[in-house]
Amino acid sequence: MSERLRSLGLDVGTTSTQLVLSELVIENRASGFAVPEMEIVSRRLLYQSPVHFTPLLDENRMDAPALRRLVEREYQKAGITRDDVDTGAVIVTGETSRKENARAVLEALSDLAGDFVVAAAGPDLESVLAAKGAGAEELSRKLGKDVLHMDIGGGTSNLCLLRDGAVLATGCLNIGGRLIKADGNGRVSYVSPVLAGLCPVKAGDTADRETFRKVAALLARALEMAAGLRPADELLTALSTREAAKPWTPPKQTVVLSFSGGVADCVEREHPWLVFGDMGPELGQAIKASRLCRGEYVLGAQTIRATVIGAGCHSTQLSGSTVYCQNIPFPLKNLPVVRELPERRDGPAVLALPGLKAPSYAQVTALAESLIPRLGEEALVCLEQDMAKALGQALAVRLPPNARILCIDRVKPGEGSYLDIAGPVGQAFPVVVKTLVFQDRARREL
Amino acid sequence: MNKQELAAMVAEILQGMGPEPLAKGGDYRPAAPQPEQKPTGYEDGDFVPDVTRLDLRKLYLVEDPANGEAFRRLKERTPARLGCGKAGSRYRTLTMLRFRADHAAAQDAVFSQVSREFASKNGMIEVQTQCRDKDEYLTRPDKGRRFDHKTQQTIRASLPQKPRVQIVIGDGLSSAAIEANAMDCMEAMKEGLKLRSIDPGTPIFVRYCRVGAGDAIGDVTGCELVCMLVGERPGLVTDKSMSAYITYRPHTGVSESARTVVSNIHAQGTPAVEAGAHIAGLIQTILEKKVSGVELTKGAGA
Repeated sequence: MSERLRSLGLDVGTTSTQLVLSELVIENRASGFAVPEMEIVSRRLLYQSPVHFTPLLDENRMDAPALRRLVEREYQKAGITRDDVDTGAVIVTGETSRKENARAVLEALSDLAGDFVVAAAGPDLESVLAAKGAGAEELSRKLGKDVLHMDIGGGTSNLCLLRDGAVLATGCLNIGGRLIKADGNGRVSYVSPVLAGLCPVKAGDTADRETFRKVAALLARALEMAAGLRPADELLTALSTREAAKPWTPPKQTVVLSFSGGVADCVEREHPWLVFGDMGPELGQAIKASRLCRGEYVLGAQTIRATVIGAGCHSTQLSGSTVYCQNIPFPLKNLPVVRELPERRDGPAVLALPGLKAPSYAQVTALAESLIPRLGEEALVCLEQDMAKALGQALAVRLPPNARILCIDRVKPGEGSYLDIAGPVGQAFPVVVKTLVFQDRARREL
Repeated sequence: MNKQELAAMVAEILQGMGPEPLAKGGDYRPAAPQPEQKPTGYEDGDFVPDVTRLDLRKLYLVEDPANGEAFRRLKERTPARLGCGKAGSRYRTLTMLRFRADHAAAQDAVFSQVSREFASKNGMIEVQTQCRDKDEYLTRPDKGRRFDHKTQQTIRASLPQKPRVQIVIGDGLSSAAIEANAMDCMEAMKEGLKLRSIDPGTPIFVRYCRVGAGDAIGDVTGCELVCMLVGERPGLVTDKSMSAYITYRPHTGVSESARTVVSNIHAQGTPAVEAGAHIAGLIQTILEKKVSGVELTKGAGA
């Protein structure tokens, strides 16, 4: 007995926009004589779009209507409408997301996205999705060694440190293949402001390969520092983004490196240096020549598509299968996760608690009673330990019948993250845990 | 057959069954004598460390492994006794002691009694099947499913007639499971039933109880559904595992396939309170569909 979810991944990056449609198969893995345990048992790609350049009006503004048309065309090619999509993530990533227009893009796409879960990603989520999409998560599980995944895109590099399939840390650096661009006439057309003080050329100068190489070597050096292969100095600080939740701390232990992103394609393969009109090929070769490729390293199973496949196939997780829900209109979007309930709230929030392992009934009751004065008639609780159904019904008997109650478990959202929760599959709920770049207005009323 | 004859017969059987010796006597070369290990210094009144407190899933004893960390992570996912290392061709002392301790706990769970106060402390009446003691309970499963005439009268007098739900707690093969889980599970279950406007009725405790005793209670009370929480046969992983057997229209002779089972209710499996909350939902479904067991799962996806 299995259920299927169609999951859409849409990645709008600094350079490229891609879409994938995948099918998640969900089955009850427990025996017929036990409490059900719904799990995602397989993920299959149904459709992947070509890699499109992200439509931009100029260097700083995204062309939202053009993006909308692009996505509409891809829907047609994939043979789907918005109603066919159950879950997934739209993520606006890299430099694009900080160019003020991420919100406009999401608004332009929101009705296309339909009822499914829309995630506006920050760099931390992007790092995790890229690592999963590239297969680094699985690699860390198979090898039994720590894996540092680097998704090196056009504007940013997303870092994700993994151990046995679990994310230990994420980070983001302003390192990418399109920090310098050149036009067809061999002139520099763009130098990213993040290279201020690091790059001797400016827009309008003649593009010469030696300069590209020097900048690429500098960026590779910063990546070495990020991987803990070279003592970190101000170069790494200068190239760190401010959007990531925490500054990146290079790992102290030996790690297996894994690469994805467009630049990863230029690591193993040499390309004519200006074939893409940017410094990507030189950066790839600089990485190849650096300390990054002297130890154990792999190219991801997916390179340029890693993030979008991560968004399409790996953004959704399932809650535990004994959970409680009443009067909740699904889907829930952009619910901020809080550890403690503040005195006054300006909107719905999910209270995340560790919970107790195999609690007694008295403990469940005591927890419910201590929560009720603070929760009011909207109880959204997310627990790590398996006790959500018991807590949910303990809350339900103590609250009026019209109270909105959702208690899920086996989900561990990090501090400051947001949850999207879709309607139940079997008895479990699909959940997307995400971080937002623009948190203030992203909340929606229940 | 007297004792000596029996012993001789056992010896004969053992000899017949024994594996071929791998090495012939002539091949035997004694190993060089090993220096005797110094005994560890225990004083009078010291306690030997309790081997049953070690979490086996975290314990990896192989010496000089290629990647012990990876094996340890695998071990987290199974209660199997892997990565135990060895001493020569045998288990290490710790492994052996733990095995015997777990085995003893499993036996204790079968032979020990649910306390005399259990039922009264929790506001239940207690009845006993036709078994007079544990030995009879273990050797006569049929008696563990039936009540004598007088007990039937007690049940009739104490329980409401024709309730929708009759909860039965039975010691079964693990008293430890019942002491550890039954009340937490039942309270959560009652709360869930209350939430669904289903009367949880009047629970009863049965000593020396087999699952079929619920059918006999069905005969006496005419209940629509019986839910029995019963101790499972203990294994080496846990001695505290409980199951719930839910039977629609229980009566003597009802088919075993008519029972819906929720097993592995214990601290390392499904927590008692979660199981209770889950069972409440199952009971509602069964009452609505008027069927339990295999028929319920057909086409329903359970």
